[in-house]
Amino acid sequence: MAERLLSVENLKVSFFTAGGENQAVRGVSFHIDAGETVGIVGESGSGKSVTAKALMALTPPPGKMVAGDIKFRGESVSRLSDKDWRKIRGNQIAMVFQDPMTALNPVQKIGKQMVEVIRRHRGLNQTAALSEAIEMLRQVGITEPERRVNQYPHEFSGGMRQRVMIAMALSCQPELLIADEPTTALDVTIQAQILELLGRLKERSNTSIALITHDLGVVAQVCTRVIVMYGGMVMEEGTVEDIFYRPKHPYTKGLLRSLPKRESGFKERLVPIEGTPPNLLDPPPGCPFMERCPHAMETCAALPKVTEVSPSHRYMCWLAEGAEEARVQ
Amino acid sequence: MSEHNELLVDVRNLKKHFTKGRDVWGRTTDVLKAVDGVSFQIKRGETFGLVGESGSGKSTVGRCLLRLYDYTSGEVHYDGHDLSALGERELKPYRRRIQSIFQDPYSSLNPGMNVLELIGEPMDIHGLQRGEERKEFVASLLERVGLKREHLYRFPHEFSGGQRQRISIARALSVRPDFVVCDEPISALDVSVQAQVINMLEDLQSEFGLTYLFIAHDLSMVRHISDRIGVMYGGRLVEVAPSDELYDNPLHPYTKALLSSIPVPDPHVVSERVEWVREPGSVIPDLREVSPGHFVAME
Repeated sequence: MAERLLSVENLKVSFFTAGGENQAVRGVSFHIDAGETVGIVGESGSGKSVTAKALMALTPPPGKMVAGDIKFRGESVSRLSDKDWRKIRGNQIAMVFQDPMTALNPVQKIGKQMVEVIRRHRGLNQTAALSEAIEMLRQVGITEPERRVNQYPHEFSGGMRQRVMIAMALSCQPELLIADEPTTALDVTIQAQILELLGRLKERSNTSIALITHDLGVVAQVCTRVIVMYGGMVMEEGTVEDIFYRPKHPYTKGLLRSLPKRESGFKERLVPIEGTPPNLLDPPPGCPFMERCPHAMETCAALPKVTEVSPSHRYMCWLAEGAEEARVQ
Repeated sequence: MSEHNELLVDVRNLKKHFTKGRDVWGRTTDVLKAVDGVSFQIKRGETFGLVGESGSGKSTVGRCLLRLYDYTSGEVHYDGHDLSALGERELKPYRRRIQSIFQDPYSSLNPGMNVLELIGEPMDIHGLQRGEERKEFVASLLERVGLKREHLYRFPHEFSGGQRQRISIARALSVRPDFVVCDEPISALDVSVQAQVINMLEDLQSEFGLTYLFIAHDLSMVRHISDRIGVMYGGRLVEVAPSDELYDNPLHPYTKALLSSIPVPDPHVVSERVEWVREPGSVIPDLREVSPGHFVAME
């Protein structure tokens, strides 16, 4: 049994806006073990990015974690002070964002920004930190790192900047890397390189990765386990095989069905999920997917229980209850 | 595709160069060759997909066809007429026939106009129906794109991304065009909504006999919707072929690299990635037909 690195219990995050309380995350529970790559999938508004930020206590105002508990290595971190968090952020949990241009300081050389991070978190001196920065850049596939450390962010392409971000995040040897849509802004060829890079890092270190994405292709190619979110809740959770070959939740099934097929010779009509995602200012009390679900029934107005299919695979749907009743009869 | 034989759009050696730098005398010193000699044809009723990485020039080609840009050189023939030779006044009837849908439905709709005004505006510009007749037409168009009559007096912020893209589509169709340039029409939409919009574009195409230029970076969707696909790189077309032919039998090394980069949504399918780096200073040659309908830019 792998070591439990992170566990999230009943996490709730709300944004208190002029229009009311936007309940972005409404009771999310999951865990990440050492060495795993966990994909958190969902569309915009599903709460995946808010969940990721909450893991590092980076929820921006007017957002607030209103309930739940986050444990890192068995210790609760959700009530830590800012000062204590600074020791964890970067050192043990690091984050890579979608847009590397806004995450880097445009008027500072790459080397200087990396040295600052390394010195702060690892207590190395200037010279040692600089050679460490150069080594990290080389590891993420940047050629001539000795020259590149003296360049500014605008002298790097989007893919290269994302590599710098990853190098910076990994320079402190974190135990958990949270990557929030790290390849969404990149071209497919560059995306493939970054995903390969993440894969190679896994082979070398035991760093766990939480990959937040909306791209099911990316999930299938890199992740070992998947959490499917919708309307601020976890709809289904399982290994990649569970999710892609044995999906249980109607939303997961719908997502997979809506992808274009790759067979040639005939043009198959796409099968979309009709409707639009729920409004989280006034979320439905029951299953968030109810309005768009082809199997919706009266019981769906109440929140379904979580059903375990196997030790690795669980989902939240009333259909599971129905299926069990049918078997009993 | 055998059913599409009549030529609608004929792009001949299109070039669009942007001035990047000038010296103190105002003379051009640095030029960005966004599109540098591109030729292709689109037949009436078909969907031509244009793919390539950011900066490859695919959106610039679309903007040149819409004459949002005046191109540096080359010709665009539309339904037998050379548009490059026309002035703004003579161009107006073609501006009605050629419409566009853009990526971001949040910035392409004027937030201060309601749906009736938004969809009615192009009709005013081209002097089509007015008054009650126009309102009826707009309402029927709204219903056709999956919205409701009661949405007529609502504003863009009251709609989701997918619904806004439906409004953009209704706006484009309000003047009964025959050619629509779709520039990344689904990339800003949620995964679960993308298929809805694609299906609708396909339905509208067969209902109104539309021809599409579909510009996108999502290669699996482009394959789904397009009859033929052109692959752009560095302002040039490197390969043009019928969709299935391009995906099953790519010839240009860049096309191979691009296709092998698509992450397959199946955990057991591991695609063997091909990399390609263009030799610095090398010139991309003109397209050459290697098998019927399959063109590639290779020596």
